[in-house]
Amino acid sequence: MTADHRAALEDLLFRMADDALIYGHRNSEWTGLAPILEEDIAFSSIAQDKLGHALALYHLLTDLGNPDPDTLAFTRDEQQFRCCHLVELPTQDYAVALMRHALFDYAEQNRYALLEQSTYQPLAELARKVRGEIKYHVFHASTWLRLLGNEGTDESRMRMQAALDMLLPYALGIFEPSPYEQELRSAGIFPGEEELKQRWLEDVVPLLESAGYRLPAIETIEPAYGGRRGYHTEHLQPLIEEMTVVFRIDPDAEW
Amino acid sequence: MSRTVTLQSLDPRVTRLEIPAEQQPFEGVPEGSHLQTFEVFHQAKSGARHIHVGSIHAPNAELAMVFAKEQYARRSQCVNLWVVKTSEIITFAPEDADLFATTPDKDYRDASGYKVMQKILAWKQRTEQQQSQQSQ
Repeated sequence: MTADHRAALEDLLFRMADDALIYGHRNSEWTGLAPILEEDIAFSSIAQDKLGHALALYHLLTDLGNPDPDTLAFTRDEQQFRCCHLVELPTQDYAVALMRHALFDYAEQNRYALLEQSTYQPLAELARKVRGEIKYHVFHASTWLRLLGNEGTDESRMRMQAALDMLLPYALGIFEPSPYEQELRSAGIFPGEEELKQRWLEDVVPLLESAGYRLPAIETIEPAYGGRRGYHTEHLQPLIEEMTVVFRIDPDAEW
Repeated sequence: MSRTVTLQSLDPRVTRLEIPAEQQPFEGVPEGSHLQTFEVFHQAKSGARHIHVGSIHAPNAELAMVFAKEQYARRSQCVNLWVVKTSEIITFAPEDADLFATTPDKDYRDASGYKVMQKILAWKQRTEQQQSQQSQ
């Protein structure tokens, strides 16, 4: 692997790992607070899966010569994180949590599906391993989306639509182009964010429309970019502080 | 409703909810807002029977599948689940338990009532004798 390909691969892995970690942490905030008991357990379990994906991806980075997963997850500065803004947003309304869940996990499903063909074998293997989990995450999200859309009440439709309108620019920020698109494609590691976005739209647009939501013309929306280059929303730093508070008390503790 | 004074908890997630510090009187659950229940049957291996493992609340059949997976298939091995609306289960009434009251007395229906073990042992002995004669 050339140095350029390696840098491209690491950038991709940091994007994915940081997305999974921050998204998993945000969703874990609903543990004990989700609207009904069964849903609480389901949403917490999905959050755990995401932290598992983050761990697996940080392990791939460790294997490439980076520090161990705990160091990567708990000691980096905000500017070193490569997550998109979508996963950083706090959610006080469960409608926002569910709509983000759908928008994010359809992107995850398509990203891992593309990576099953990656020439970087450890990543292709991971993509095959998590396929079933992400299929379930998408099933959970799409089921709620329909139930609270045209199968739901006026209130549920209104709250979910408001969540969609608020989140769409952030969701498009998932696909912020990488400076390494060319290297990723030429090495056969990943076909790129633009192709991923097209596949995501092919899934998300019909689902949202059939569930009764209004979608603006996608090209009129200004995507929330910056996260992939270390420029984050005001919400990430407080999240990192809360997430790392126990680790920072004693970084050398054995758990 | 004033939101100026909110509940401060050691758990930051609770603090973020901005729950009013003054407790509002509980007004009860609106009529008809309870979720229906579903019964869950778990299959551990392909070809094995599905075994009833418990029930769940869910707003519809699809979410019943989701919740069943979480409650009953997130730890041990599982290849499939059946989810059945509790109201769809056909059952005897509890007061009809007397239908079954005398069944434990009918031990002549137990498989153990058949005295076959002696026959099996005699057959085994015969075949073993024949085999040893043939090998000699």
